Amino acid sequence: MAECHPVGFQWVMEAKAKGATVIHVDPRFTRTSAVADIHAAIRAGTDIVFLGALVNHVLSNDLYFREYVVAYTNAPAIITEDYVDSEDLGGLFSGYDPETRTYDSDSWRYDDGGDDTAEHSGDGGPGDHDGAAHETSRSEAAGSGGPKVEAWPLRDESLEHPRCVFQILKRHFARYTPEMVQDVCGIPAEQFAKVADALTSNSGRDRTSAICYAVGWTHHASGVQVIRTAAILQLLLGNIGRPGGGIMALRGHASIQGSTDIPTLYNLLPGYLPMPHAQQHQNLDDYVRLDEGAAGFWGNMRSYVVSLLKSYWGESATEENEFCFDYLPRLTGDHGTYQTVLEQISGKSKGYFLVGENPAVGTSNGNMQRLGLAALDWLVVRDLVMVESATFWKDGPEIETGEMTTTEIGTEVFFLPAAAHTEKSGTFTNTQRLLQWHHKAVEPPGDATSDLWFYYHLGRRIRQKLAGSTDPMDRPLLDLVWQYPEEGEEREPSAAAVLREINGTGPDGAALSAYTELKPDGSTKCGCWIYCGVYADEVNQAARRKPGREQSWVAPEWGWAWPANRRILYNRASADPDGRPWSEGKAYVWWDEEAGKWTGHDVPDFIPDREPHHVPEEGASGPDAIGGSDPFVMQTDGKAWLFASAGLADGPLPAHYEPPESPVLNEVYAQQDNPASKHYESPVNDANPSGSDVFPFVFTTYRLTEHHTAGGMSRTLPFLSELQPAFFCEVSPQLAAERGLENLGWATIVTARTAIEAQVIVTERMRPLRLAGRVVHQVGLPYHWGQTGLTTGDSANDLVSVTVDPNVNIQDKVGTCDIQPGRRPRGPLLLAYVADYRRRAGMDDVDVGHVLDAKEGEP
Amino acid sequence: MTSHRLSGPLHEVSAEAGYAAPPPRVGFFTDTSVCIGCKACEVACKQWNGVPEDGLLLTGMSYDNTGQLDANSWRHVAFIEQSAPIVPVLDKEATIETRRAPTDLGMPRLRPNDPQGTSTNDTDLRWLMSSDVCKHCTHAACLDVCPTGALFRTEFGTVVVQPDVCNGCGYCVPACPYGVIDQRKEDGRVFKCTLCYDRLKVGEEPACAKACPTESIQFGELDVLRERADRRVAELHAQGVDVARLYGQDPDDGVGGDGAFFLLLDEPEVYGLPPDPVVTTRDLPSIWRHVGAAALTLAAAGVAAFAGRRR
Repeated sequence: MAECHPVGFQWVMEAKAKGATVIHVDPRFTRTSAVADIHAAIRAGTDIVFLGALVNHVLSNDLYFREYVVAYTNAPAIITEDYVDSEDLGGLFSGYDPETRTYDSDSWRYDDGGDDTAEHSGDGGPGDHDGAAHETSRSEAAGSGGPKVEAWPLRDESLEHPRCVFQILKRHFARYTPEMVQDVCGIPAEQFAKVADALTSNSGRDRTSAICYAVGWTHHASGVQVIRTAAILQLLLGNIGRPGGGIMALRGHASIQGSTDIPTLYNLLPGYLPMPHAQQHQNLDDYVRLDEGAAGFWGNMRSYVVSLLKSYWGESATEENEFCFDYLPRLTGDHGTYQTVLEQISGKSKGYFLVGENPAVGTSNGNMQRLGLAALDWLVVRDLVMVESATFWKDGPEIETGEMTTTEIGTEVFFLPAAAHTEKSGTFTNTQRLLQWHHKAVEPPGDATSDLWFYYHLGRRIRQKLAGSTDPMDRPLLDLVWQYPEEGEEREPSAAAVLREINGTGPDGAALSAYTELKPDGSTKCGCWIYCGVYADEVNQAARRKPGREQSWVAPEWGWAWPANRRILYNRASADPDGRPWSEGKAYVWWDEEAGKWTGHDVPDFIPDREPHHVPEEGASGPDAIGGSDPFVMQTDGKAWLFASAGLADGPLPAHYEPPESPVLNEVYAQQDNPASKHYESPVNDANPSGSDVFPFVFTTYRLTEHHTAGGMSRTLPFLSELQPAFFCEVSPQLAAERGLENLGWATIVTARTAIEAQVIVTERMRPLRLAGRVVHQVGLPYHWGQTGLTTGDSANDLVSVTVDPNVNIQDKVGTCDIQPGRRPRGPLLLAYVADYRRRAGMDDVDVGHVLDAKEGEP
Repeated sequence: MTSHRLSGPLHEVSAEAGYAAPPPRVGFFTDTSVCIGCKACEVACKQWNGVPEDGLLLTGMSYDNTGQLDANSWRHVAFIEQSAPIVPVLDKEATIETRRAPTDLGMPRLRPNDPQGTSTNDTDLRWLMSSDVCKHCTHAACLDVCPTGALFRTEFGTVVVQPDVCNGCGYCVPACPYGVIDQRKEDGRVFKCTLCYDRLKVGEEPACAKACPTESIQFGELDVLRERADRRVAELHAQGVDVARLYGQDPDDGVGGDGAFFLLLDEPEVYGLPPDPVVTTRDLPSIWRHVGAAALTLAAAGVAAFAGRRR
C-alpha cells in the first residue's frame, strides 16, 4: 500500500502512531513491509491458503463474534442435502460439468423445508444451463445486490445442524492448517500464529480490524475467491459495517471506482445494472423479472432502470415503447478485453478506442495485444503522450523479431491528445465511493481536449451526419438527449451539468435528493441511481471541502459518498440486534427509541424508522421485506453470505487451486487449478506446463512508487524517470548464486510467450520460500517499461499468459519462468530461443532451426 | 556573543546576521522512523524549484537512484537494506542456499518493535529510508567562506545561494562539512536547498514538507521542532526502540546545531551522514592567532637579525 498508494498510506501510519499493529503479506518486501510490524513473505497465488487458515483458526478456536455471526450472516442457514463440498469431491463442488468447465449452482441453494423434488428455477447466475450467463460474466452482472435467492432458508441459530452454513464452513476449512500455510505459502507456522493472534485479539465487540489490498490481490485465476475469503474472515470477526473494519480495495488509479460505478465494463450499465442479454432479455419485464419485488433495495430495480432510460432518451422514452429498452445494446457472449483482442486477431473486430490505456505495455501478454492492434482497420488512441499502443507499428518488439513488418500493418492510428485532470473539471470517485470535484486549473496544451469534450462533440457530429435518417438502427443515437451547456471558445460541455444529469431530476425538473425518490413510471430521470443525491438541493455536493476540524470525525461535509452520502456501507451492523452499539468505543449508528428512528455519526444504511425487532409481513417485497435486524439491505435475505448459494462461477466457498502456471502440484486438493477458470486459446497464449523443470521459478509483476501503471504518465517525466531509470528484476541472493546473476548485471527471463531482459537487483527483500518438498524462488518484475519515453526497457507483461477468473474475467499475473544471466537474443534469434524452451518443456515439437530460417527468409 | 560567531551555540542566528526583529528561525525535523521512501519530497522539490534532471542511471543501491545531494538533487532519499538471521534454520529439508546466513553487513542488530524493521519469515530485515537535505547550519561554513556574498543568511535563519551573484569560485564546496553544496558542471555556479525561501516569504511551507504524506518531513519553528523531536525520541524509547536518536539538533555540536535535523534509527554513517561534523571555519580564530604569532615571531627574528648585524 505504501508502494502503490503512498498518499492513502498516511492513514495507516496515523493508525500505527495510535498503536495499530500493521501486518503486511506480500511476496516481496516493499516499502510497506519496511514500516509494518510483521511482514509475511508469501508465495504468489497462495492467498486462499493463508486466509483459509485464518478462517480455520477463528472457527476451530471459537474466536468468532458469535452474536454478530448468528444475527447478521447466513451462518445459521441450512443448505440443501444435494450440496457436496470440495472435501468429498477432490477439490470440486457439486454441480460441476467438466465438458463446459462450468458449475450449476442449483445444489448450493438454501433448504427452505419445502418439497425437494420441486424444480428449482435458475438464478440467472453462472449456473444457468444455457452457458450464456457464464460467458458474459453474469455473476458480476447480478449487480450490487448480488444474485437473488429463491427461498427463505431454514435456520439453526445454535449453529449445530450438520447442514447449516457454519458447520459446512468448519468442515470445509478444516484442512487449511498452519502446517498447510507453511507447506504451500512458505510462511512459517510461528509467523502465522503471530498474525492470527494479532488479528483475532483486535476484533470483536470493542475492537475492529481492516484489510486493505491493492488490486494485484485480485489478479489471479481465483481472484474473486481471494476477496471472498477475506470477506468470510471479516464477517466471522464482526469487522464489516463497523468503524475501523471492512475490506478496502485500493483501486489501480484515480477514479477507477468511478469507472465501474458509471462503467467502462462491457457487462454493466451505470449503477451496477446488468447489461441486458440478447436472448434472456427480450423486453423490460424479462430484464427486471428476476429482481423486481425481491426483498431489499435491489427489489426496486425497475425504478432505477426506467429512470436511466428516461435520462438517456428523454421524451422519446415512453411507457408504450418500454422507455426505449430496445435501444440498449445486448450481450451475446464474452466481450471482455481479452476476447476482443482475439477477435481483432481473427479479423472480426476492426476498430478500437484506447482511452487512457496502454495495453501494449499494461495488459497481460503484450504480444497478443500488439498482434490485435496490428490487425485493426483503425485505432483511436487518446492519451497525454504518445504511448506504445500508438507506436507499436514502428517500434514494438515484434518489428525487431520480424513477426511484424511496419509496411504490412494496415492499422490507421489516430492519436488524439487528451487533457490531464488539472486541465479539466470533473469528479474523482475514490475507493471509499467518495466523489471529489476537481476544478480546471489551466487550459490543456495544444490540441489536447478533455474526454468529455471529445465524446460530446463526437456524438454531436455523428448525430449531424445521421440527421434525417429513416433507418431504425439510427434512432437510438438520434433520440438521445445530447444537449449540454457549452463553455468557452472550445465549446467545452459543462461537467457540472453532466453531474446534475447523473444525479437525476424529478417531474418538476428539479434535482432529486435520494434514489428512494426514483419511480418506475417514467416521471423521474437519473443517469446513475447510486449517484442520486450528489446534486441534491441543486448544489454540487462533490465540491464540498469543509475541513475535517470544522465537522464531526466522520466528516460528512467533505465531498459526497454514494449511496446517500453514506461513509460506511451496511452500518446497521455497527449496532447489535436490539439497535444498541456493540460497544461505546465502536458506536456508529444506533436506534433512537424515543425518536423512533435510526441515528448516529453517519447516515444510517437502513430504513430510517424500521425498529430493530421488526418482522416483515408475509409476502412483503422490496424494502418492506427487510427485517429490523437485517443489515445487508442489498441482499435478498438481508444477511451477509459466508456461503454463496448463488452467483459465483467457481464454487460457493473459496478453495485453493494453484495458479495456471505453478512450479508445484496442489497440496490442498487433487484438483490442480481453478476448474472453472478460462484460458484463452491462441498460439501466442500457451501456458507453461506446471511442475516443469524448464520453468522452475515463480514470477510476479508489480508496481513501483516512482512509476504509474504502463508508464505513460511517468516514463515521460524526467523527475520520475530518474528515480527508477531502468527496468530491473529483483532476485534473492540465493537465486542469484544459483543462476550466476550479478547485481546490476543483465538477466534474461523466459516463459513460453517470450523472453525479456532486465538489469538485476540482488536483494534480501526477495526471499526463497521453503515449501513442503522444496525451495521455491520468486522473481519480482515491475511492469512499467516499454519502448518509448525517457527510460525504456522490455515489458514484463509480455511474459504473462492470459488465464482469467470465471466471475469477472480478471487475468492471473503469476506465472513460471526461467532466469539466466546475460542479455536476451536479438531479432529472430529471440524466437528461436523461446522455441527451444518450448521444445524442452514438451510444449511443441518445433524444429528450432526451421523457425529461425522461416523468419530470416521473410521479406 | 562574538566568540560564537564562527562556532558554538548561537541562539539569535538571524539577529546576529543583522536583521532587526527577525521572525523565528525555521527548519526541518525529518523523522526517518515514519519515512516510507516515496520520494515525493524529491519530486516536489524539483518541480517547485525547477531543478533539472540529475541523470538516468540505475545505481543498483536498493531503490536509491539519486545517490547523494548535489547541485541537481536538493533532497535525497537514502535506502539502506540490513538483514540478520533471527533463528538458525533447523529444517532438514532446507537447501544449502536457504541455510546460508545472509551476508553480515556489520550493522547493529535489530531490536523488537523497530519502526523500520520487521521480521520476514526467518530473517530480520530492515529497510531504512531517510530524506536528506541541506542542514542550514547555525554556523554555515559555505556562507562564511563565500567571497561574493552570494550565500546569505535569510531572516528565517536559513542559508540561501543567490544564483545571480554567485561567480562559481567554488570555495563553499569543500567548506561544507556535509558535502551538500555543489557546482552545476555545465554552469559553474553552486546550487542547494533554499528551504523554499520564496515560499517562506509568502507564508507557505517548503514544497518537500508539503508533499510528505506521512509527516516524516516536518517544517516549523526550530525551537518547537526540537521539543517535538525530544518527545518523539522519548516515545520511541518507551516503546523499546532504543536505537532512535537525534542527529543535528544539538546547539553544542560542531556546527552549532542544524536548521534541518533528523531522527535516525542507526549510526549516522549508515545513512551516509558524518558522525561529528565540524564547521570548517571553527578553527579560523585559532588559525589567525597562530598565523599572527608566527608572523610576530618572524618579525622579531628579523628585527633581531638586523639588530645583531649592527653590532
